[in-house]
Amino acid sequence: MSAVSSSSAVSEMSEMGEPMVVAEGVHKRYGSVEVLRGVDLTVRRGEVCCLLGPSGSGKSTFLRCVNRLERADGGSISVDGEPVGFRRRHGRRHELREKEVAAARRDIGMVFQRFNLFPHLTAAENIMEAPVRVKGVGRDEARQRAARLLDRVGLADKADSRPAQLSGGQQQRVAIARALAMDPKLMLFDEPTSALDPELVGEVLDVMRGLAEDGMTMIVVTHEIGFAREVADTTVFLDGGVVVESGPPAEVLTAPRQERTRAFLAKVL
Amino acid sequence: MASSTLPLRDRAPSEASESVVPLRHYGRHAGGAVALVCLGGVLWSFGKNPNLDWPTIGAYLFKDLTLQGLWTTVWLTVVAMAIGLAGGVLVAVMRLSGNPVLRGVSSLYVWVFRGTPLLVQIIFWGFLGAFYKNTMIGIPFTHITFYSTPTSTLVDATTAALLALGLNEIAYASEIIRAGIQAVDRGQTEAAQALGMTPVLTMRRIVLPQAMRSIIPPLGNEVVTMLKSTALVSVIAGHDLLSNLQDVYAQNYKVIPLLVVASLWYLVLSSLLSLPQSWLERRFGGAR
Repeated sequence: MSAVSSSSAVSEMSEMGEPMVVAEGVHKRYGSVEVLRGVDLTVRRGEVCCLLGPSGSGKSTFLRCVNRLERADGGSISVDGEPVGFRRRHGRRHELREKEVAAARRDIGMVFQRFNLFPHLTAAENIMEAPVRVKGVGRDEARQRAARLLDRVGLADKADSRPAQLSGGQQQRVAIARALAMDPKLMLFDEPTSALDPELVGEVLDVMRGLAEDGMTMIVVTHEIGFAREVADTTVFLDGGVVVESGPPAEVLTAPRQERTRAFLAKVL
Repeated sequence: MASSTLPLRDRAPSEASESVVPLRHYGRHAGGAVALVCLGGVLWSFGKNPNLDWPTIGAYLFKDLTLQGLWTTVWLTVVAMAIGLAGGVLVAVMRLSGNPVLRGVSSLYVWVFRGTPLLVQIIFWGFLGAFYKNTMIGIPFTHITFYSTPTSTLVDATTAALLALGLNEIAYASEIIRAGIQAVDRGQTEAAQALGMTPVLTMRRIVLPQAMRSIIPPLGNEVVTMLKSTALVSVIAGHDLLSNLQDVYAQNYKVIPLLVVASLWYLVLSSLLSLPQSWLERRFGGAR
């Protein structure tokens, strides 16, 4: 019992809903390197979960397993009751086709460290692309929706700008709006502020804070301890491919029980 | 010497008002003059040469035979390029696929068609009838035949030319397209996938439009190269511009004037081809 499982920590928070993401014993290796060595994690509906840990601890890899950008080698992850990448039939797990995996990803938004906006499309077109092409939403409706989302992230006047004409912080806010356009039930953030100039970090965190207040379920890989302390319901500390410690930020960040957590926090704070 | 020891702020006003003598590029003037003299000499010796025979050039420049050959050259270029592009996309996608057999087959194709001279390939297709006497459609390992015809009537010189140029172009185009696809950042594919886009949709809407930027300039060069490569089909009497003019100078021995006629037309066509290319580069180059 070196690690406190997050499910027991979260169960104390009665206001949270049923489980949205349930990960059990997730393993992932690249060649001889074992990046994830049995990650157990539960994130409830409406919960904001911040993943902390040193680089190479497996935070990003785990996040990418949740929407199957990476294929886990062992264990299981389910999102909203649906196993990720598999279908259970006659007591066996059948791997899904690429098309089926794509369909499952519609409901999971993801924001990347390097934004990954489509450079050949304008901000509005970036946001419209998936609703129009994947969901079959009409162009006019999608355009209006894109305008509202741009307004929400404070970029109403940037609809016709290409990504190259926007600052890093603006690009990341467009990327958040692009993910929201698919009406996701879960948002994954992979170090969303790590590639930004320090003065641009705040505007992105503000948008994320607003999302959390609206009740969005979020898993955030971040180095922003202040953001985790203020916004997270649960903070999870990963190291060496396992969950070392998890619980409310007041516990994990203020009074960590594990030596490794203490050592990490001493370095970043 | 005394002024250089003065504090900077004391001499600044006078320097600001001084006029500047621009650097004289004497070397450039000399080089330009030498080049002009050489060019003039070449043109003069070329122009005064009675064997150039301007009247013959004028007589054949717009002759029916010339224009028919020109037309063949143009459509050979266009159709061979179309074959090359369509096949090139297919071979490039095969080469990038997760299927090791498809990867191997496409690599083999590129290896063979890039590794042998185009001239050899043209002659091979031209003499296909000597390799396969008859072309037939039937059921293998039985004597049932639905259709059979001598290969030499099915694949005439023009078809052979088209096959040779098109199949050769597929190999080059596929490498250009593959490199273009691979130059698109991996994060673009991940972002599209994370939005629920299927691999085909991701390729069509996100990756290929961005790959176009690095594909179009070399592909434009390929079109110009193709235009000139069509002249090679004269070895199998492909009825292109050069073939037709060769037929003429085989009769009247006016080799140089007729080659000048051909060259003038090749120059006109390749100049025209550079216009759409710059338009396309602007169209797809505005992404970043």
